[in-house]
Formats: sequence, C-alpha cells, structure tokens
Amino acid sequence: MKFTLSWLKEHLDTDASPQEIADTLTDLGLELEELTDPADALGGFRICRVIEAGPHPDADRLRLCRVETWPNGPDAPSAEVQVVCGAPNARTGLVGVFAAPGMHIPGTGVDLKPGVIRGVESNGMLCSERELEISEDHDGIIDLPEDAPLGARYIDYADLNDVVFDIAITPNRPDALGVAGIARDLAARGIGTLKTPAIEAVPGEFASPVSVSLAPEVADLACPIFAGRLIRGVKNGPSPAWLQRRLRAIGLRPISALVDVTNFITYDRGRPLHVFDAAKVTGDLQVRFAREGEELLALDGKTYALDPTMTVVADEAGAESLGGIMGGEASGCTETTTDVFVEAAWFDPIRTALSGRKLKINSDARYRFDRGVDPESCVDGIEAATAMILDLCGGEPSEVIVAGQAPDMARAYRLDPARCASLVGMDIPEAEQRRILSALGFAPRDVEGGRIMVDVPSWRPDVQGEADLVEEVARVASLTKLEARPLPRPSTGVTRPTMTLGQKREATARRALAMAGMNECVTYSFVSQGQAAAFGGGSDAVRLENPISSEMSHMRPDPLAGLMAAVARNQARGAGEIALFEIGPGWSGGEPEDQRVVASGVFAGASAPREWTGARRPVDLWDAKAAAEAALAALGAPVERLMVMRNAPDWFHPGRSAVLSLGPKVPLAVYGELHPRALEAMDVKGPAAAFTLFLDAIPVPKARSIARPALGASDLQAVERDFAFVVDADCEAETLLRAARGADKALIAGATVFDVFGGPKAAASLGEGKKSVAIAVRLQPKKKTLTEDEIEAVANKVVAAVQKASGGTLRA
Amino acid sequence: MDGLDTLRASWLGRIADAADEQALEGARLGALGKKGEVSLMMRELGKMTPEQRQQAGPALNALKDELNSALAARRAALSDAALAERLRTEWLDVSLAPRPRAMGTIHPVSQVTEEVAAIFADMGFGVAEGPQIESDWYNFDALNMPSHHSARAEMDTFYMARGEGDDRAPHVLRTHTSPVQIRTLQDRGAPIRIIAPGRVYRSDFDQTHTPMFHQVEGLAIDRDISMANLKWVLEEFFAAFFEVEGVETRFRASHFPFTEPSAEVDIRCSWKDGTLKVGEGDGWLEVLGSGMVHPKVLAAAGIDPNEWQGFAFGMGIDRIAMLKYGIPDLRAFFDADLRWLRHYGFAALDVPTMRGGLSA
Repeated sequence: MKFTLSWLKEHLDTDASPQEIADTLTDLGLELEELTDPADALGGFRICRVIEAGPHPDADRLRLCRVETWPNGPDAPSAEVQVVCGAPNARTGLVGVFAAPGMHIPGTGVDLKPGVIRGVESNGMLCSERELEISEDHDGIIDLPEDAPLGARYIDYADLNDVVFDIAITPNRPDALGVAGIARDLAARGIGTLKTPAIEAVPGEFASPVSVSLAPEVADLACPIFAGRLIRGVKNGPSPAWLQRRLRAIGLRPISALVDVTNFITYDRGRPLHVFDAAKVTGDLQVRFAREGEELLALDGKTYALDPTMTVVADEAGAESLGGIMGGEASGCTETTTDVFVEAAWFDPIRTALSGRKLKINSDARYRFDRGVDPESCVDGIEAATAMILDLCGGEPSEVIVAGQAPDMARAYRLDPARCASLVGMDIPEAEQRRILSALGFAPRDVEGGRIMVDVPSWRPDVQGEADLVEEVARVASLTKLEARPLPRPSTGVTRPTMTLGQKREATARRALAMAGMNECVTYSFVSQGQAAAFGGGSDAVRLENPISSEMSHMRPDPLAGLMAAVARNQARGAGEIALFEIGPGWSGGEPEDQRVVASGVFAGASAPREWTGARRPVDLWDAKAAAEAALAALGAPVERLMVMRNAPDWFHPGRSAVLSLGPKVPLAVYGELHPRALEAMDVKGPAAAFTLFLDAIPVPKARSIARPALGASDLQAVERDFAFVVDADCEAETLLRAARGADKALIAGATVFDVFGGPKAAASLGEGKKSVAIAVRLQPKKKTLTEDEIEAVANKVVAAVQKASGGTLRA
Repeated sequence: MDGLDTLRASWLGRIADAADEQALEGARLGALGKKGEVSLMMRELGKMTPEQRQQAGPALNALKDELNSALAARRAALSDAALAERLRTEWLDVSLAPRPRAMGTIHPVSQVTEEVAAIFADMGFGVAEGPQIESDWYNFDALNMPSHHSARAEMDTFYMARGEGDDRAPHVLRTHTSPVQIRTLQDRGAPIRIIAPGRVYRSDFDQTHTPMFHQVEGLAIDRDISMANLKWVLEEFFAAFFEVEGVETRFRASHFPFTEPSAEVDIRCSWKDGTLKVGEGDGWLEVLGSGMVHPKVLAAAGIDPNEWQGFAFGMGIDRIAMLKYGIPDLRAFFDADLRWLRHYGFAALDVPTMRGGLSA
C-alpha cells in the first residue's frame, strides 16, 4: 500500500517528520517497506531562464543557449552557463529546468558531465519531463510560465515534493488499505489529530433509469448489498493535474477522470468502486452467478471463461463485470462517456478470493474485497464519488438506489482490563485502554455487573474476540515498551533430560559417521522422478502437484538419491575421494506416516588422497560395512549378533551387498557396492559403496539395571589355534565362524578369519571353484589350564563342526 | 711379581683395543679363559709356599677383577657404539605425512540445531517432531487458516499430487514447523514447553530463498505465561546462542493467523566491515515472528483456551546459522559441495553443551 505525505495530511493533522511517521507505522504493525523522498532524486533541479538561444555554428538542429542559473538558490547570485540544446522548443526567454554537471539524471540514468557538442562546450542540460521521470513527455524541454520563480527548486514549484510511503499490510487489516484507515491508526498512537473529511450526501435530482436487483442465490452472502447511482451529462477527459500527480506518485497510471475517481477513492477510503458507461448497459443490472460457458472481456483486455461459482454484475446482454474483481471492456467508461453509472457493492471475501485465484486476476479491488471491505461503506462510497465526479466532470446525479442491505456484522466482546497484563504482560490503565479502543473506532460501553463490552467497528472484520481487543490495545500502546519477565524453570533443581531416544540416536549416528571420516550433507527432500526411481521410489504417490522443476518433482525414497547426485556434482568439480552422509527422511508413500528417518552414506572414488604410504585404494563395500557397523555399535545395536543376509535392494551390486538383520525379519542396515546401473542413472563414476541405517529399527533398550555385570576376566592363559579349510568359493566366512564358535560354547571365546586364499591361483592349487579360508579360534579356559588332550578335543570339534556346516575339508 | 704389572698393562691394552665383540672375547679367553694367561698363573698358586701364596694370591685376584671390569666396560662401550650405529641407519624423514585418517564434518544446520536444543533444554524445553508431508488440516486449518485464508495463498505451498478418484484435500509439504504445535498438544496436552526444529518447504527459489529450509518452532503453554515471558526467553536465547552478555530485542506489532497478539522480533546489532555484532550498536535485525497462541489454535489442539495460554515463535535455523557463523549463501547449504562442507562444517567432537559452551 502506497500513499504520499500530503495525502496522509488530508486525513491527519501532524507535524511529525516522514521518518517519525514511518517508524510509527512499523511499530503499529503497518510495516514500512520503503520511504521515497523525491527530493533525493530531483532536489537539485532548479528553474532557469534562457537569456538567448542562438544557432549552433555547426549543427542546424541544435541551439546554443546562454542560460541564467541559480546554483545556490533564488536568494544567491545567478550565474550564466552555456548549454547546447537539441529540443525544438528551446528559445530565447524560455523558463525551464536546469541540471548542472555532476547531477544524476533519473530518466536517462547517467551522471551529467560537461561536454563538447559539435565543437561547442555545453555545461549543463535543459530537461524534459521524461528526463525527470515525471511523465513520458519528451517532445521538448519543460516550458514553464514566465512568472515561475527563477532559481527555485522545480519539485517545490511543481508540487512534486511529496514523500511516498510504501507499507506492507498484513491480511487482517483491510481497513489500512485506505489512507483514512492508516491515519486513524496514527492518530490513535498520538502522532497527530484525525481530520478525515466527512462525506456529504449529494441529493439526487431524478430517479435512476437503471435499476439493480440481486439474484436470490447471491443476496444472502455472495453480494448482499449493491448501491448505485446514475450521473448524466458528464464530460469525461483527463483528470486534473493534482489527481494525476497523486496517482502517479503511488504507481498508478491516470486513465480518465471517471476511472481516476474510482482509483482515488479505493486508495483514499479503502472503498473499491466501479463505473459503467450507462449508454452501453442494456436494460437493468442484476447481480448473479455467472452462467456455464459465459465469458467476459475484462478491462485488462483479456477474455475470461467464467463458471457458476463466480459473481458477476450482468445486464440483459450478459456479464458486464466480475463482482469485486474487474470490470468489463464492453461497458467501460471512455472519453465519450456522458452518462455514468457508479457502483459500490459488497462482495463476499472468500468467493472473491477463490474466483480471483481461479482466473489469476490480481486487482486493487480484489485485493481489498479478498480481505474484507467495510460493508457499511457502500453508500458513502457512492456519495464521495458523486461529489468528485460532479466537481471534475459536471453532470446531474440521480437518486441513490440500494439493492439488498449491508450484512449485519455487529458484534461486541467483553474487555477485561486485567487481560492486557495477564496475556501481554503490559500494565495499561483502564482509561488508556478505553481511549485507544475509542480512537480506533471501537465503542466500549459499561454493562451490568461492572463489565465492559466493546462494539467492533464495521471496518474491522479481523477482530473476533477478546484477544483481538488486547492486541489492539497493546499494539497502539506499543510493544516496544514490553519488558522482559523471567519464565521460571518448569521444576526446581537439576535440569531434566529432554531428548527422546530417536533424537539421541540421530545425534549419535551423526557424530559416529563424522568420526568415520564422512562429511554430513543436507540435500533436498525432493529429487527427479528418475533419481527417485533409481532407489526404489518415484511412484505417483510421492509426486508433487506443483514442483519447482522436474529436478525436484518426487519425494525421495532415501537420502541416497540426493547424496548420489551430490557425489556426481563433486566429481564434476574434480573431487576424487568422497565420503558423504545424510541423516534425514525418506518417503515410502504420500501420507504423513510414510516418512522414515534413516542415515545413509556413500563412499566414492579412492579411500584417501594420493600419498606415499600406499593407503590409497579404491573404495569398496568394506568401507560401507565398517561405517555402518561403527554407527550401529555407537547406537548400542548388537552388531555381533546380526545376520548377514543377501537380500539387499536392487540398487546394490547383487554379489557385493547385504542386509544386516536382527533375526531374519528386522533389518537394521543395508550396505554394499552400488549397482552399475544405479551409478549410470546418477551419473556417478565408480567405484561407489553405500549404506542405509534404519535407526528406528534398533530395539529399544530394555529397562534394566544401569550397573554393569561383574567383569569375568580369567587369569588362565588363553590358547589360540589356527585352522585352514578348503571350501567352495561361494561359501561365506560367516558360515565357518558361526560353526566354529558353536563347537564348544563354554571354551571358545571367539573366532576370526585371518586369511582368505581365493581366485584363479587358489582354483589352480585347490581345485576349480575352491578357496581356502583360515580362521583363528581362541579358547579361554575358566577353571584350569587346558591340557594338550583337551585342546586337541576342542580342535577336533571345531573341525567337525566347520566341515559339517561348510561342506569343506581341513586344508592339508 | 714385577711381571704382573707388565701383564696388566698388556691385557688392559688388548681389551681397550678390541674393536668388536669377537676381539674382546678373544682377549677375555687369552687372559681369563681356562687356558688364559692369568688363569694359568692362578693355577700355579697351589704349587707355591704359603708365604708366596699369601702375596701372589691377592695380587692375581686383583688383576682378575680389574680385567673383568675392563672387559665389562669395554663390552658396554662396544654395545653403545653398535646401538648408535643402528640408530643412525634407522633415520626416517619425519616430515612426511602419516598414514591418512579422514576426519568428517557435521553440517552447520545440524550443529546449530543442536546448539538451539541445548539452550532450550536448559530452560526446560524438549524437542518435538512431526511429519513433513502434512494434511492441510494440521498445516493450515488447525492454525486458524481456513481454506480460503489469504495467508494460505501467500505461503507458496507445495501440494502432493492426488490420485484419480482421491477427492481428499491434497496433503502439503509443511510450510512451517507450526503443525508440530498441534500434534504435540494433542499428544501431551498442557502444560508444555517444546521446540520443534526441522525441514519446511515453500515454492520459492532465488538468490535468498530455497524451496526447502529449516525452522525451529517454540511453544510454551501454561496457566499464566505472557508475552513478557516470551521476550525474556528470546533475549536469554539470543544471548546464549550468539555467545554475548546480553541481547536486547524489539517487539513490533504484526499479524499471524495463529497468534494473537503477534509480534515480529528484532535483535539489536551492528554491522562493522561486513561483520555482524549482535547485542550492540544502533541497528535492528528482524529474526523471527512470534505471539501468544491464538485461542482458536489451542481449541483446535484440544486445549481449553480459558484455562491455558502461552506463546509460540518460529525462526529460521539456516538464517541464524548464517548470521552466527558468517555463511554468505543459503543455497550452498543444500549443494553438498565438499569444499563448503569442510570449510563451514564442524568437527565430530564439537558437541555443543551448556557447560562446555556452544562454539568454544
């Protein structure tokens, strides 16, 4: 919402500076966006006189002017300057506007410099209106009356020195979409005295030949009131300079007096109006819903297809305007209009907003009706427009006709003067509370039982309860005066823990993965359909209706989708050693409960930068498994008890991936090298290995004693025995180890693989399809040192168990 | 026994001259071995008269002891020299880098979220969470934004596509963390103190906006919580978060559908040479929106507004991260550029706590 200082001063008597007004508006909740002082751009342009305009020695079209200028104002001595000017109206004796070298010319965007034009010095410029950005006129330089004050600032003389305020109006304040409403707020704050001129009724001189009716379906809510009046014998044309200036200052284009009047009242009073050319209206007007298939060529030159949810003002020929949104071209006012029908109606905010949104029309009228125009303002709007039209265009007014009646929105709420202190924490005396509310147009009245009821003015649809009254009081009293008051802790003593198990897991996993050398990322929750599909997602259930681009169209099934895209971007930037992870949501569907927070990570390229120890190697699935197990261990998952199952999802390499599962049914993690097709889909150069941890699947720790069981360390010497088995090449190490550990649960404390001999060389020496796996089994006696015979017995059990489980043989 | 002096001088000389273990052993055997010169002389003692023996015995024993000492000393010296020589050959270039051990980093959004949670935990606020695909009821209606509300249109909402024949209002990507207020109040009731950090989404992508960003919601409901308490909580928070003595806030009246009264909150700050200093200077920086929870919002969450009241606020996590740590570009937060992650990220063990400090 834009307005100028002089406009405001027609509603408010104030000596406050523009900055003070701006600060107050912001404090009142009418936040200043921009304060523009035309003097900043135009203050240097002064009125000058052309002493003599003679021919340029070398150019027929240019004039050589001797110009009398007043660089330091009219009261200081003048100075003569030579200016070369190309304007056709440059002439001896012309009173114009001078720009000196060094000044910025807003219309051309250049800083003026002394120059030489066709061999003749030119030390300034005589300006056109376009160069000053006050109109489009560039036919000649500004040509002022001879009595214009020489040496004065042009903006003062031309009445252009009007500060422009641009403020943001929150959707609850339709009353502040008119200068009068803004002045009311400022006056309530005490920044001046409200003096909005009263609107005088103009008596009608004849009955309106156009009548108006409300169709039954609109009369209750869509358009309960429609007021109008015909003014005949008007002479339309350009509106006067003051009105054009005012509209231009707030960014509106003057059109014609009749249209400019409606725009002025829209901004002055927050009251949108519409004017029909009565000669183009066929028969009477009716407000009704649009008919199926009905169209309207609107004033913006576009044709809109209407539907029966939209309110229109129609004549016998069809829809002539879209109620509360935009008028129609066919019945619009032009220079030739002589009989004008002025409309002031009230349209339902919800319906207006929905229609406007559907048709994608934004207009000053819709902006106000969407938020709620004062329903009591219809007749006043007509009368204010009548007075202005008669003043600017002449004519005689008919009687005002009113169809329907203003919706009854009268309501009152109780004001408890103590509520301001208890809700806001500001002690404001009751008398001040009453004063503030009264100044805003509310009417506090005492009712039985010593209570105060407050009537809400018709222009405040937002006030719907006591809390709103408190807000008005606090807002006008100023929240900057609010003083902080400690909020006591909910309980005394030591602060209690606040994190949930899930939150602790995320925090721990994050730190554990960073400790494992990975860089945490936050990538977008939406990816392209192809990226989502590469990781098991991308169905219509997770599709966005209005994505920002096709790259961000589907909710990701797993952070891996975004991480892999990040790997590709980093590879494109030349990164060779990549280890990224993200802890965040993935979606299995489009419902709120389909979200699951997981921790995913990916390794790509080499394990380390090029260096001399030989530690650099291509990343592989062991990197992914190590990180996954480290994080699971940090989270308290029973890593040593997890099953390794070969059923990882298909974006992993089928032979180099696994699920770590608690029992067969509770997967806690998947890991592995990525499938070549997934790499290709994501444009990632391999090798790459990834994992996903299902943090919420880790069992909740049982409520148990916090104290640890006693340490069962034995003083007896442990014994380690090594065994090598020849097994099938696809026999998994875990098969051997599980068998070995189970061979004698009392004695065997652990078993590990310390050598694997596989590949073609093994096949050559051990037989096709065979490999050798060497395991170390650790025996820990608890009661007495083991004898050789006992060790031998256990070893035999180990060999038997492993051979049985693996189908292999002890290597000779 | 004058010969003994010559003998002593001769053997001590050989011992001293022994260049290695072998020569030394040769000297030992020559003097003190079974057939060594000194051993043989000692064997002669039995054949002497007691008088002779009394004189020669101690002299020979003394010679033997002296030679043994000299042998030991020489052996130690040879060993030292050998060790010194070995160490000399074991020289390594210690300026070389060790075997690489990658250190990862924590994303600033995570770090700052933990900082915020640590501060609010100290004031008794727990952390609550909610889904990011939300029903329009939780995201809008329950927050006093009915379907026609203009604020809805202004929020640049992302909608989920609805399948053919599914006539329910489309779900949305939550446009703010405020729906967590409703869900948490429904679950736990009042009194309550929570913050709800997380991802939010708006269809806006330019220099300073990304279609996804992070907010933290705050909510405190009790019987007598006022806006003055909100001001205190925020001032305490900002002082702790920006790690300064105190931060003055300025409340400006505003409007949000879900609070009444509503206020935008500025913090006092200064800009010097492009650096933000919070808590000093003449400038004000808008950092969050807040207010007293609207009675209709409480009612929607099943809380009796006649009995309970309190405040809510929402602020941008990415934004306060940028302000605190001088990170210039929001879009880079979500680009996962390793150079950016390593530069602006935090060490794995930099866990923010109130007793240890946040960034210290």
